[in-house]
Amino acid sequence: MDGRGILNGLAVTIKHFIATYVDDFKRKNRYFTPEGVKYRSSPEVEGIFTIQYPEERRILHENFRYIPFLVYDEGEDGQRDIRCTACGICAKVCPAQTIWIVRAKDPETGRPLSKPAEFYIDTTLCMNCGLCAEFCPFDAIIMDHDYEIAVYSKDHMVFDLERLLKSASYYQRIRPTQYAEKAAEREAKAKAKAAKAARRGAKK
Amino acid sequence: MAQPAVAAPDLTARFPDLVTPDTRKGYSGYIVKPEGLLEFARALRDEYGYDYLSSLTGVDYLPEGQMEVVYHAYKITGGPPLVFKVQVPREDPVVPSVTSIWPGANFQEREAWDLLGIRFEGHPNLKRILLWEGFWGHPLRKDWREPYYEGEHKPFKNRTAGPHFWHEDHTPFGKNVDYPPGFDPYAWDPETADEVLYQSVIQRTRKPRQEELHSEQVVVNLGPQHPSTHGVFRMIATLDGETVVALEPVMGYLHRNHEKIGERNTWIMNIPYTDRLDYITAMSNNFGYVLAVEKLMGLEPPERAQYLRVIMAELTRVMNHLWAIGFLLNDLGAFFTPALYALEERELILDVFEAASGSRMMNNYMRFGGVVRDIPEDAWDMLVKLVTDRLPRKIDELDRFLTHNELVRSRCMGVGVLTPEQAIAFSTAGPVLRASGVPYDVRRAEPYGIYDRFDFDVAVRYHGDVYDRYLIRLDEARQSLRILQQAIRDIPERGAPLLAGKPQYQVRVPAGEAYGRVEGPKGELGFYVVSTGKTNPWRYHVRAPSFINLTALEAMSIGNKVADLVIILGSIDIVLGEVDR
Ligand code: SF4
Ligand code: SF4
Repeated sequence: MDGRGILNGLAVTIKHFIATYVDDFKRKNRYFTPEGVKYRSSPEVEGIFTIQYPEERRILHENFRYIPFLVYDEGEDGQRDIRCTACGICAKVCPAQTIWIVRAKDPETGRPLSKPAEFYIDTTLCMNCGLCAEFCPFDAIIMDHDYEIAVYSKDHMVFDLERLLKSASYYQRIRPTQYAEKAAEREAKAKAKAAKAARRGAKK
Repeated sequence: MAQPAVAAPDLTARFPDLVTPDTRKGYSGYIVKPEGLLEFARALRDEYGYDYLSSLTGVDYLPEGQMEVVYHAYKITGGPPLVFKVQVPREDPVVPSVTSIWPGANFQEREAWDLLGIRFEGHPNLKRILLWEGFWGHPLRKDWREPYYEGEHKPFKNRTAGPHFWHEDHTPFGKNVDYPPGFDPYAWDPETADEVLYQSVIQRTRKPRQEELHSEQVVVNLGPQHPSTHGVFRMIATLDGETVVALEPVMGYLHRNHEKIGERNTWIMNIPYTDRLDYITAMSNNFGYVLAVEKLMGLEPPERAQYLRVIMAELTRVMNHLWAIGFLLNDLGAFFTPALYALEERELILDVFEAASGSRMMNNYMRFGGVVRDIPEDAWDMLVKLVTDRLPRKIDELDRFLTHNELVRSRCMGVGVLTPEQAIAFSTAGPVLRASGVPYDVRRAEPYGIYDRFDFDVAVRYHGDVYDRYLIRLDEARQSLRILQQAIRDIPERGAPLLAGKPQYQVRVPAGEAYGRVEGPKGELGFYVVSTGKTNPWRYHVRAPSFINLTALEAMSIGNKVADLVIILGSIDIVLGEVDR
């Protein structure tokens, strides 16, 4: 108990303090550049590694998940083909029970179609668990990366179909690996189905 | 899990009139008659060596009209549990209290009284614990309905069928509220509820008035809004001068009846909810819960998933201990420099979690029979760098920074001492238990997953004071790094299966009971689940280490100065999300 412990401790703080400035001199691009942010969130970083939000943003990993959105494929003449078939699995699996779907009806026959007419997610309840996206059989509901969704009134927090829809190209941009995987899966399935149909046709 | 060679004692032969084996399908252990419980328990502890009562909880078997109290007792030297149960009629359930044999039953019995209405005769302080005095009903009873009641289990029909509504339109003064007969919410006076609390602390310590030296005891509230409590938590301390003579923790401010929610949820829905128990250690919570359910389902995860689970759980431990040390220093008054040094490393670990699971804290990563996805390659590289280079270096740095600091030493040494006997008797677990010289670690005592493959030491320290509880966290973080280094060396190649069977959102869980426990960073985290073969659990109970470790808080604090209460509490390392559930 002669104060050496305290001095050693202070040496550690001084080292931390100096490391930041050394790094500032060594790296011209330490702040406000993508490389700088990348470096500051890597295991090599020394010195301070705060990210100056909102001027700088964290680099989100592809798997990052936030409030889900619904995917539509862009048709040739600009129409939006909603992938969701209103099967209701996501609503069933949702732990917070935030999803509510109304099935579309055929305007002529009145029979239910496999498309949603309305789709709501109560984002005041959503716990961002990702189970809906995990179990959707049609790759139609995807966890988003957009975490800046503050609004002035709670009433805007029940997202409707219009608010939820985002394009497949957006999906591809934020989650390239997952998008490619799922597309490959779908293709393989379609091929298997075609082969089966062909075989059946041959039998007849 | 394989049963060890030493068979459990045959207790039916010893107590033929009192004890019968539990023969229900999927159940195990013994059923003990309530009148013989104390005799049985004493024999268990003194003759058979089951000196550690880990978990005590109740189950409401509504169709059978029975209340059941379930006990899990262990030997502190390791091995499987001895499970026994007491069944009493539902109308007026009275069970003798085992606090005289295992003082660690104290809070757990209070919880069972609070939530299930089981009265424990002979309990020294049978009050509500998570709810407030004056609450009507016992919410975990199967016929008790919450004000937001929407159905017995999810998915709730009225939600998935729409239309959307705001819940507060149905509460609190709307049609959905159910007051006890004759209750007037406007006349209810919470003061009286507080009075009950104070009385119980005062009575315990009232001393005969000393004539020559006039001194008086004062009751001091620390919290619920107090920076030291790391949340909303309250300690009622009786002081004699500056010295603590009695203390009672008051909790439940964050209570949301996690267990009732869990019984409404389907099996899989509970996984993201467990994240929110101890929100610092979501991975361990996931692990404990899936382990319990896998026991019922008879699932064995594939190799790579087993390794990924261990990696995640051990990273969680390192990160939790860094956090705990940082905040202990905050409590000591070293405001935020050490805490932020520790948090820096935690952020990097969280980056790995985020890449693998999608979220930094609410991981929702494990599934029944495996894990949800692999660690992506870039995150794997980061993990390897962290485990082999950065974290060992940074833990050494933290050690250099704090361990020999004279101020830390003089504030922490000899403060808040818990003897080994007390630590066992109060059912404490984790670092609190091991810092008191009891080398008990579930990973060793009853290995789960693949922990039997790793070479590591169970950290132990012998003084049982705040300083040792600090040191043991450094020791454990180092041991975790050892496990991690072995795990990244031995893990099967990428591409190996990660899930036994297909991903399913509606799992079939055979009827029966199971208790899954893991060595969480805070101590033994256990999940007791009962299935009736339906889509949701009949009973879902969490043995929360933070909660049960608080049983020892009074024993640690008595005789210490009031100023040290803050660090004594800090050294237990509680998270209120788990304490209050
Ligand atoms: S989003 Fe997917 S799971 Fe949900 S209803 Fe549409 S297709 Fe079904
Ligand atoms: S992320 Fe989870 S809580 Fe949110 S809508 Fe999907 S399933 Fe429900």
